[in-house]
Amino acid sequence: MSDLTGETPEAPEPTPEGAIPSVAARLALYQRAGGVITPILTALIAFLIGGLVVYATTGKNPVSTYKAIFKGSGLSWLSPVSVHWHTFYPNGIDWTGWDTNNLTALNLQQTLIIVTPLILTGLAVAFAFRCGLFNIGGNGQYTVGAITAVQFGIWFSGLPGPLHVIIAMIAATLAGAAWGGIAGLLKATTGAHEVITTIMLNWIALWVGSYLVGFNGPLQDPRQISAPVTRPIAQSAHLHVFWGNPLLQGLHVGFFIALAALVVYWILLNRTTLGYEVRAVGFNAEAARYGGISVKRNYFLAMAISGAFAGLAGSIDLLGWQFNLDLTTVQSVQIGFIGIAVALLGRNSAVGILFSALMFGALLNGTSSRNLDPSIFRPELAGNLTRIIQGLVVLFVGADLLILYLWQARKKVRLSQRKGAEQA
Amino acid sequence: MSVRAEQLQRAAWTKASAPKTIGICGIALGILTLSLALPPFGVRTVPTPVAVGILGAAAGIWAISRREARIGWIAVVLSLVGVAGALLAMRATSSNLEGVFVWSALIAATLRYATPLTFAAIGGMFSERSGVVNIGLEGMMLTGAYFGAYGADKTGSWVGGLFIGVLSGALLALVHAIFTITLRADQIVIGTAVNFLALGITGYLYNEHYGNNGTPNNLPAVPDVNLRFLAHIPPHGFGNFLYNSIGQLNLMVWLSLLLLPISYVVMFKTPVGLRIRSVGEHPKAADTLGISVYRTRYAAVTLSGALAALGGVFLSIGFVNSFTENMTAGRGFIALAALIFGGWRPFGAFSAALLFGFSSALAQRLPDLSASESAAWPVLFQTLPYVLTLIAVAGVIGRSIPPAAIGRPYVKQ
Repeated sequence: MSDLTGETPEAPEPTPEGAIPSVAARLALYQRAGGVITPILTALIAFLIGGLVVYATTGKNPVSTYKAIFKGSGLSWLSPVSVHWHTFYPNGIDWTGWDTNNLTALNLQQTLIIVTPLILTGLAVAFAFRCGLFNIGGNGQYTVGAITAVQFGIWFSGLPGPLHVIIAMIAATLAGAAWGGIAGLLKATTGAHEVITTIMLNWIALWVGSYLVGFNGPLQDPRQISAPVTRPIAQSAHLHVFWGNPLLQGLHVGFFIALAALVVYWILLNRTTLGYEVRAVGFNAEAARYGGISVKRNYFLAMAISGAFAGLAGSIDLLGWQFNLDLTTVQSVQIGFIGIAVALLGRNSAVGILFSALMFGALLNGTSSRNLDPSIFRPELAGNLTRIIQGLVVLFVGADLLILYLWQARKKVRLSQRKGAEQA
Repeated sequence: MSVRAEQLQRAAWTKASAPKTIGICGIALGILTLSLALPPFGVRTVPTPVAVGILGAAAGIWAISRREARIGWIAVVLSLVGVAGALLAMRATSSNLEGVFVWSALIAATLRYATPLTFAAIGGMFSERSGVVNIGLEGMMLTGAYFGAYGADKTGSWVGGLFIGVLSGALLALVHAIFTITLRADQIVIGTAVNFLALGITGYLYNEHYGNNGTPNNLPAVPDVNLRFLAHIPPHGFGNFLYNSIGQLNLMVWLSLLLLPISYVVMFKTPVGLRIRSVGEHPKAADTLGISVYRTRYAAVTLSGALAALGGVFLSIGFVNSFTENMTAGRGFIALAALIFGGWRPFGAFSAALLFGFSSALAQRLPDLSASESAAWPVLFQTLPYVLTLIAVAGVIGRSIPPAAIGRPYVKQ
């Protein structure tokens, strides 16, 4: 699994014979660029194939479909110059006033609401990756966090707002950490493979959650016997909505918590002893052990911290816009799996995860039945198109050998062309 | 058989016999504990099951102390569960109990639930024994389920559905094989991708072809095998019991039972099986001996997809006779659990699938136990497969040890 630990070992560069001046610098640049370009290339290929699927099955123009999805995601709000120029600023650009209440803004708010937990579950996968572990348990850790948050949001209803939110979030984070920690502990003490244990823990969380919120379950709302849903959390546990209308599901401050988590992730990994040890274990566990690092301790800590990110994601969704938990939600959690795609495409780096979470969030929101114009493309199809694109992205990221090979082949061709030109 | 081999075998037998036999007795006692309180026995006094349960647990503990950890632990756990279950059962009314524990129906339901798990688990066994982790079983099953229904609809016969379903699963597995074997990508990442792809592709095609109306009602189904003669076996009650439990099973249930000895023989008694296992245990050695690691792995992975797809085909045109989005609902992962819990062996995996199937059947029927309130807990039965597998991989009850080279791509030198 060493090829999943962030510093993806690039295939060896072809040794440049008859070196062109400054070729070393150029190759270094290529390599650095390859770090960014391969993920972009991957995403492009996935979208391309997705477009082919659209064209082959429905005969519709893929470009207009993607345009509609992009429009539904609200990302165009970010570029007022190109999009809003004529409609909103006929007398030139007024940089002081972005319209924050139009439909595009609303769509962007929804996209960012989805991006928030995606960043966190992406981090949950990425942190474990950096320790050489594959955390498939994002779903379970997220569910455990959400259940804990709903319970704490119902309890302590007398507390002042921020304190209540913080308590519920900390509790959920700890619950997620514990759930992830089980897998880490088992890996450390018995060597049980974390992929197996986290899959099992996902389903245990799903069924225990179903029991808790389901009919006659301990958490089911006693005033609504006919619906498998918990009581709503207290008003004081709601996250503050800072953009848009709280009644229309505006963007809550959880988004900033996710951004802060990205910074925490970067600092934790790159500027602390813990992060150094985690990366050392991920890079080569045997060497780390020889160097005096406790591999077992790091396995446990890495899984617990991963679980903490996912648990936090669960609490933010719950305190930010769900406010209660129902059976269908518990049984259809997918966000942990999408987190795998986010982390892989983002190459386990903080910046990469931000951008890939943005991409997947936009894709998910843009294809939702609320945002996609059915006359252009049916949302039920588009939702599944999203899954296909996710699958393709993971497939191609997993096989970066293939992408790198293509990348290198292109470079080889260019080098030989140049050599040919010099000889001529 | 030479004298020496005979001696060895006898030594092994006497060495293993005492603790093992006692442990198995403990398991039997544990099962007896629970069944005492259930129909047809219906004992309603507390001491009887408790005494039997303690006896079973004691036998288990003795076996554990004599290094039969796995069997011993199973006996202890079964005995304790038996006592708890018996005490719970006594709190329900007799008539309710008889309504839930219609054994013939439970057996039939258990087999029905176990069938897709068996197909997928055996499929997984081929792939994993050859050294390729197959997290994508779920996706291959789902693909089989969709294309089984689609094929049955388009060709107008269940045979066509079966073939198209199996073919689709094999194709998806081939994708898994290309990426994990030739391109040497991480097997778990690709497995995850396969699951995403299967979910997306089947959902997309289903919405494209059937949309809101769902699959047609007159989908050709795999027929049931009606063994009417079973009902005529002498003691009338027994004959009826046999007929009701195994007399009306689906053809594919029998197919899965047939698959067990075949896969066992192929895997453990033929050169082909030896090749698969050698490639999964020590690929370099196998390569040195002239076995093509790549070709063997390709074949094993493709076969695993075909078998997992059979499980999916059973779900869609054998069991419920329709397709719905994401209809496998995690069964591929339960199959994976069964495979691991069964120690990567056909009959082990089948036993686990039966156990998991039984817990599903029970979870389905138990809510009828008390019609009024507090009937939420039977849902917790659904966690049983996962909890047991967690315990098994953690090595508490005799460790499940995977093939040595599992998860590692092979680079030919």
